[in-house]
Amino acid sequence: MNNIQLHDNGRLRHFIGIEGLPRHLLVDILDNAESFISVADKQVKKAPLLRGKTIANLFFEPSTRTRNTFELAAKRLSADTLNVNISMSATTKGETLIDMLRNMEAMQCDMFVIRHGESGAPFFMAQHVAPHVSIINAGDGWHEHPTQGMLDMFTIRQHKGADFSALKVAIVGDILHSRVARSQIHALTTLGAAEVRVIAPKTLMPTNVESLGVHVYDRLKKGLEDVDVVIMLRLQKERMQGALLPSQHEYFQYYGLTNEKLEVVKPDAIVMHPGPINRGVEIDSEVADGDRSVILEQVSNGIAVRMAVMSMILAPKTNEPKKDKH
Amino acid sequence: MAGFSITGGRVIDPATGLDAIADVHIQDGKIAAIGELPEGFTADAEMSIDATGQVVCPGLVDLSVRLREPGAEHKGTIVSETRAAASAGITSLCCPPDTDPAIDTPAVAELLQQRATNAGMTKVYPLAALTVGLKGQHLAEMGDLKEAGCIGVSNAMMPVENTEVLRHAMEYAANCDLTLFVQPQEPFLGRKGCAHEGAVSTRLGLAGIPEAAETIAVSRIIFLMEITGVKVHFCRLSTARAVDMVQEAQARSLPVSADVSTHHLFLTDMDILDYDAQCHVMPPLRSQRDKDALRQGLASEAIHAICSDHQPHEPDAKLSPFAMTDQGISGIDTLLPLTLRLVEEKGWDLSKALGMVTYKPADILGLPAGRLRVGDDADICIFDPASHWQLTENNIRSVGLNTPFLNWDFTGRVSYTLINGKVVHTSINN
Repeated sequence: MNNIQLHDNGRLRHFIGIEGLPRHLLVDILDNAESFISVADKQVKKAPLLRGKTIANLFFEPSTRTRNTFELAAKRLSADTLNVNISMSATTKGETLIDMLRNMEAMQCDMFVIRHGESGAPFFMAQHVAPHVSIINAGDGWHEHPTQGMLDMFTIRQHKGADFSALKVAIVGDILHSRVARSQIHALTTLGAAEVRVIAPKTLMPTNVESLGVHVYDRLKKGLEDVDVVIMLRLQKERMQGALLPSQHEYFQYYGLTNEKLEVVKPDAIVMHPGPINRGVEIDSEVADGDRSVILEQVSNGIAVRMAVMSMILAPKTNEPKKDKH
Repeated sequence: MAGFSITGGRVIDPATGLDAIADVHIQDGKIAAIGELPEGFTADAEMSIDATGQVVCPGLVDLSVRLREPGAEHKGTIVSETRAAASAGITSLCCPPDTDPAIDTPAVAELLQQRATNAGMTKVYPLAALTVGLKGQHLAEMGDLKEAGCIGVSNAMMPVENTEVLRHAMEYAANCDLTLFVQPQEPFLGRKGCAHEGAVSTRLGLAGIPEAAETIAVSRIIFLMEITGVKVHFCRLSTARAVDMVQEAQARSLPVSADVSTHHLFLTDMDILDYDAQCHVMPPLRSQRDKDALRQGLASEAIHAICSDHQPHEPDAKLSPFAMTDQGISGIDTLLPLTLRLVEEKGWDLSKALGMVTYKPADILGLPAGRLRVGDDADICIFDPASHWQLTENNIRSVGLNTPFLNWDFTGRVSYTLINGKVVHTSINN
């Protein structure tokens, strides 16, 4: 399904989801992100790669952090940026979505970074966008959040090395409603992680999730045994209002990450969280601020990964696919 | 008045098993004879139709066609959709009550039929709303609606939440001697869903509708049938389990029948893998196993009829991210072609397959249609079984171009449609 993301020569055209992308492309993204980390360390934090390009952030869902990192990434590549916040109530019809697309195209934008509450919205827009315009998915419904998935891979690689084949990774929390989890799962399986586990109560576990290539656990301690990486997911407060969970208290008791529950992981295991964290809901402050936590690194890595994806799409000449590599 | 004849065709009447080269003679809008020329019959040679090499069968009866009128004329009208139906060989169709306003008063039922009569194409038989405004609270005036021409009752795609109300509605329908048409959907389970709950919905991040949403609704209706005595027809079965349950109820001699849409016989949830909004339907496209079971259900006669579940839309209705699009397929153009494709793919007997779109749906509706019976209205479909063609936006007759079968190749194409002995459609250029 993701062929729409690639040019005929295999180069990245859009970045909508990790599912279906070849391993060498994911490695390219990580390698390129590595090179941009050094940009951040310089006094002048800019690379001129996207000078003259315009990147528009179209956020149909409220977000500060993700939008900021996309904006910073674009600016550090010297692109012009445009932020458009659209409340969902104003555009509930696809007609408006397409109209908006045409309007933005008329402003000679080269790339849209889209966050949308409906799964498949960036795919839909990629199907209708003009040939010179690219789409980056900044999170769609429960589907994917591929730059988040890649920055998490980048963070894992920083700590565990480029070879994922011995890694056991556990993803904990609201898998059902999580686009982050889906992107992480596709990225980990594509990069060859030894074992990907998902841990959640049955109410937050999608049907047939094992078809994505993961092992399913409904007990936290059992699932955490011997893992190298623990990824906690954010639990939206509104999940407490329906019939999915009895209470915040009980969720934390069974699925909240505490130092005590971490006793069974590998000695050098790291703890990750895509943020923003709910202290005392899915993660204990002691863990979030503890030695294993790499949560803040994830945020700064996010800029480098987004720079990598943007430049691979919009300034491809310096980033030819390295087909011989894998 | 002189009659005319349809000569030299392969005449198939699925209801009687007739399958032979014969002439069909028509007089005064009725079938006068099949085979020998009846005594005193003078055929008008000008009007006669040479059907050599073609199949002559009863006009098709479609159990579910949304005409979109009144209320959504930008999607289709009685004139446009009955004309499309006629050109697809359909001579009678049943229209669910979820128009706007709903068919919950005799005035709406009469208006619809009057406009259909004026259009002069496919005959239109409305279903009455089971509850006022399809809201599931107050019983509609089923008796009056029946007198106004409604041939059954239904709450369309709005499940009645309150089981007590449902029970009484079923009792009252039984009292009016009306068949209840139910599209089985549990009122809450998967209510926000838009895709079959399974590996595909998980992968795409779409809210799922579990199989249990259908099976619970089927069992709820079956248990209520036992205490209300109403005759029930299940519309658009989509799961293997529901087929088993219906079969089991039939084995217990409950008066229950079922149909399936053409698209559920050919598509599965895999077809939505690239968020194809043309495959956004209710009930959702389910698994390969379900699809196979639906075909098997037809073969074993647990499911009686195939319908188009025609739901035409304007293009914008499908131009959104998947979950935001309107559900439904424009199916009227593909009812016969897909049925013939089943014959081709499964090696089914042509007559048996045609029975699923002719006399069997007619029996469900209680209509004297779908047969080639002497004295019946001459509602006839003539098709060329060897003609190859491709469905394109240019040859779709419905206003709705929303079909996932675009660019599919088909064998078998309608050459004439007769309603009351009158040629209302022909693809033959004279």
